[in-house]
This record gives sequence, structure tokens and C-alpha cells, in this order.
Amino acid sequence: MRVKLTTAYSGPSLDLGLGVTISSGEELEAPDTTEVDNALAQGFLEEIEEEKKAKKGEITEGDEVWIFAEQRNGKIARVVFELLSKGRELADKLNVKLAAVLLCEKDCGSKELVAYGADKVYLVEDEKLKNYKTDFYTKIICDLIKNEKPQIVVYGATHIGRDLGPRIAQRIATGLTADCTGLDIDSDGLLLQTRPAFGGNIMAQIKCKTKPQMSTARPGVFKLASKDEKRKGEMIKANVVVDEKSSLTKVLDIIKAAKKKVNLEEAKIIVSGGRGLCDKENFRMIEELAKLLGAEVGASRAVVDAGWIPKDHQVGQTGKTVRPMLYLACGISGAIQHRAGMQNSEVIIAVNKDPNAMIFSIADYGIVADIKQFIPALISELKKQ
Amino acid sequence: MEIIVCIKQVPDTTDVKIDPKTGRLIREGIPVIINPDDKAAIEAALQLKANGKITVLTMGPPQAEEALREALAMGCDDAILLCDFKFAGSDTWATANAIAAGIKKIGKYDLILCGRQAIDGDTAQVGPQLAESLNLPQITYVQKVEINGGKVKAERELEDGYEIIETGMPALLTIVKEMNEARYPTLQGIDKAYEAEVKTWKAADIGADENKIGLKASPTMVKKVFSPSAKGQGLILQGSIKEMAHDLVERLKEREIIQKF
Repeated sequence: MRVKLTTAYSGPSLDLGLGVTISSGEELEAPDTTEVDNALAQGFLEEIEEEKKAKKGEITEGDEVWIFAEQRNGKIARVVFELLSKGRELADKLNVKLAAVLLCEKDCGSKELVAYGADKVYLVEDEKLKNYKTDFYTKIICDLIKNEKPQIVVYGATHIGRDLGPRIAQRIATGLTADCTGLDIDSDGLLLQTRPAFGGNIMAQIKCKTKPQMSTARPGVFKLASKDEKRKGEMIKANVVVDEKSSLTKVLDIIKAAKKKVNLEEAKIIVSGGRGLCDKENFRMIEELAKLLGAEVGASRAVVDAGWIPKDHQVGQTGKTVRPMLYLACGISGAIQHRAGMQNSEVIIAVNKDPNAMIFSIADYGIVADIKQFIPALISELKKQ
Repeated sequence: MEIIVCIKQVPDTTDVKIDPKTGRLIREGIPVIINPDDKAAIEAALQLKANGKITVLTMGPPQAEEALREALAMGCDDAILLCDFKFAGSDTWATANAIAAGIKKIGKYDLILCGRQAIDGDTAQVGPQLAESLNLPQITYVQKVEINGGKVKAERELEDGYEIIETGMPALLTIVKEMNEARYPTLQGIDKAYEAEVKTWKAADIGADENKIGLKASPTMVKKVFSPSAKGQGLILQGSIKEMAHDLVERLKEREIIQKF
């Protein structure tokens, strides 16, 4: 909502909360605070009516919604399809086209991008684009943005997206909201971005005053739409010249971790074990259960300190903060430090033999039982499926 | 070699609350620290500096001086605080503009090190945005770095491994905390840090363009902050261990958690 001061307010400026002040004669986007509500009620502020968006159904050219189609080694990242599903929703609300931007050596999936919802694919092929490089990718995408003027550009909040997005935002002087977990179109037709801060203990809703409105969005958050192989899309080959000599960096090598890295932050399911397992041997049950569920293994601080499992598995204030679809807490009492790291998980299951354990206070499903007996029962139940 | 390390003072916890009346963060009574990734950047600079000089820089309120003194106590040589109400409310774009102006005033440098991301905002954006403002090559998520013959060779962490990137200098690197174990200040270092001068620069001192700094210049704006709704107590399953296991699996199937993955 855009607001301005009314003549009923005699002062030179008014505090609107969240550090925003408004002076007389000024028009700005009001934050969502009690100060604003009060000022509106007292008649000190008034809302500025804005012209309504185009009628539903008419698809307007331009003003597109773009998704950066990250590829590594010729394979498009899963998050891209998740973002296309969300992007489809946004584009439909705005009555505009959804486009994917694919930079690669040779077309490695424009058809798939269309099948997941893109109306258009901007394809840039060059052998120098095989591996991601900050400077080349920034230049090409900035040039495309300047030419086509999309209204929204979304990147996956991956190690590539979080390297590229800020670089582009700074070059074209627009806003970028990091690591969004919610994207929607507000009543005024602007992108409403929701993101966690302070390790997920605070949520913030952010809007962007400039175009394009840009976000990086967290992998695994948006639901994947089903693929439609019959969908038709337009392919636009963009010719872009990048000169190796102009680049200051060189990718010497890309090394895959021999052992799969623990990726708790992006895990869909986490099975975590605590002291209730009694010893290191029993902790192997957690690993077996995790394997069965395709889950990552987490742990409480106590068992990491006891040396049952390395530190990179630790969940909690001094470990990782996670928000998987499912968090299974096994024999974890749920001290505040542990809860701080996992309380925003979508579904929490707690198994503990102490019915008064703190973990039950945030569990969707609680099971009061000895974890050493329950896990084998759960494993055999899962194997029946 | 001349290194500039950019740091941020952050609350020593992510367990912060919102005042429901004002919508502001309650910061009172929460101790502050140097952001963990930034501390690793200081340690990396100390290991790389050889016969050079390390300047540590932050933007923040007057109390951010404490963070700079701690960095001096660890062994940094010079400290600069960018402090002006005109910087207040800057988003990452405006913050990068302000810091870039500060660094241009410092003038000479071979390397700029930042932490990958701060534990309060978690954006990881200021580093790359600063690199762009200064027109420098960047390497983010750096887990290992060496310098040889005027070239920087760094391991950049990826989701499933890492890549090795080489670049010339000057360059900007963002460091992950897993890179090293930051040293504790020595008693001597602490003494020295208390006597050292921390320079405070205002927007005018660094020639910052007022249309590019602070809340009003920031392209993003916070509409609302809220605490995610706390989960209430859920359902305690009943029955024998076998029955509970069966019940649980059924419920997870119902919620489409099991088939999905």
C-alpha cells in the first residue's frame, strides 16, 4: 500500500515503524506496522489508489517472469523445475509469459523447461558456458535483462544462484531478496517475498521497489508441478559473445566429493538421533532408518560431543538449522538449543521414553516409547510398503 | 600484501524475538559477536598476510567498534568503522555501495575477504555485490585458499564437492567458517587493541553518494516481520510399539510424505 501524509497531520514527518519515516509531500510504500494502522485510523495517513492491473485472461507481451535455469554438467538442477512451477502461478496471476533462461554448451533441456511450465526459453549456447563462471553468466544475463525487461527474475538459492544473483542485482541496480521460502503477487501486482532470517526464528516479507524484482529461492520449498510433454513453447536463441581473454578467473577443476557430503539444510527428510540411543552401536539404527527413507542423518549435540557421529551432522543452535518436510527426532529430549535448529520443520515426529520430554511440545506426532525398540518396529513396517 | 577484511557484528544467537507491538526485533540484552564466517575471514587474512597489512572494516552503530577491537586483538593492523545515521536501514545493495565507497577511500589493496554470510540476515549477498561495485573478480564459498606468484587459487565449495578457481589480484573472496579455527587474541594483542585507534568515517568522509545508501535508497523494503507460528502440541500415538509404528507410517502416507521421496 502506498501512502502519504494528510493535512490532518501537522508535523514535518511521522515515524511509521521499522525505521521508516514519511515527510509531508512524500509518497511511499507503507510497512505493515501498528504505527501505520494507527496513523490511518487517526486520519494522519491516506492510501494512494493505484491503477488496477490488466483484466484476467489477456496475456500481455513483455513484463515477463523469468527463471534462471541452472545447469551443471549439462543437467538442469531440480530447483529450476520447482521454480517453474511457482513461476507459472506468478505469471498466471500477472497475465504475462513465463520464461526460462538457459546458458549452456549445447541445449540440454529447453523442451523439459517448457514441459514444466515455461512459455519461452532464452537459450544461449557456447562452449565457454559449459561450467558456471561468475563474469560470463553475469554479463549475458544482464544484457538479456536490459533488452527484454522482465518484471521478475528468480534464481535457485544454490551455490551458483547465490553467487550470480547478487552480482547481477548490483550491476543493474535492482533489489534482490535472498533465500525466499514464499513468493506471491500482492494486491498491487508486486512480488511479495517471504524469507526466514535469524536461522528461521524470524520471517520477513519483502518487496522490491525497482524492476526487475529479483529473488533467490530455496531448493525443496516449492512443490514440483507435473510435467506436460505436450506443452508448446517458444525458443529464442540469443547470440552473445564472451571473450575468454576478458575473464579474470579460470575454473581449473571441479571435484565431486568422494563421500556424499552431509546436506542437512537441503534434506527433505532428516532422521536425528540423541542420547536415548544409549551407545554408538545403537546409533547405526538411525543410519539404517535414514537410508530406508532416503533421509539425511542428524544428531543432537550430546551425541556429537560423545563422538558417535561427526560434527557436520549436528542440528541446533551451534550446529545446522534445518527445515525439512519431515524431522524424526529419536531419543532427543529437545533442549531449546536443539529445538532452535529444527522447530520450523514441516512435520516433526518425536520418539522418547520420557513423556515429559520437551521435544513433545513441538511434535506433530509423539510416540512415548524406548527408541531402541521403536526403530526396529518402524523399519519392519516401512519394509512392508 | 595488503588485505581488507569486511566484518559484521551480529547477535550471538539466532533465538531472537519480535516485539508484537512495534514489529521490531528485540535486541536488548542479547550479547554480540563477530559473525562466525567473518571471523574465519580474519583468520584467513592473518595466515595469508606475510609481511603485509590487514585493515578490518565494518559498517554499523558505534558499538560495532568492539568487534573491530577484537579483530585488532587477533592481530589485524588497522580498523575502520563506517558509522553514520545516513547508512541506517541499508539493504544489501546499499550496504555494498557504502562499503565500496569506504574501500575506495582506503585505496590500496590486493585482496578483500568477507565472510560468506551473516547469521542474522543469512543473505550471502554483500560480498558479491561489493565485488561488483569495485569491479573485482569474486570467489564465493571459499573453503581453502593459497596465493602463489600473484595468483589466488581457491577451493569454492559446491553442494556436492568443490571447484578450484584461479584468479589474479586484486580479488574478493567470501570465506566459509569451516575453513579454519579462528585464533584467540593474545594478552599482548588485547593490550595493543585497546590503545589502537579505530577510525570512524561518516558518509561525507568517504564521498558516499546519498542516493545509493540508507533506507530510502534501498531497492528492497521490509513490509512485515513476524515470528513463525509456533507449533502446538500434536498427537500422541497410542497402542503397542507395533501398532504405533503402523499408525505412524499410515499417517505419513496420508500426508504424502513417504511416497513422495
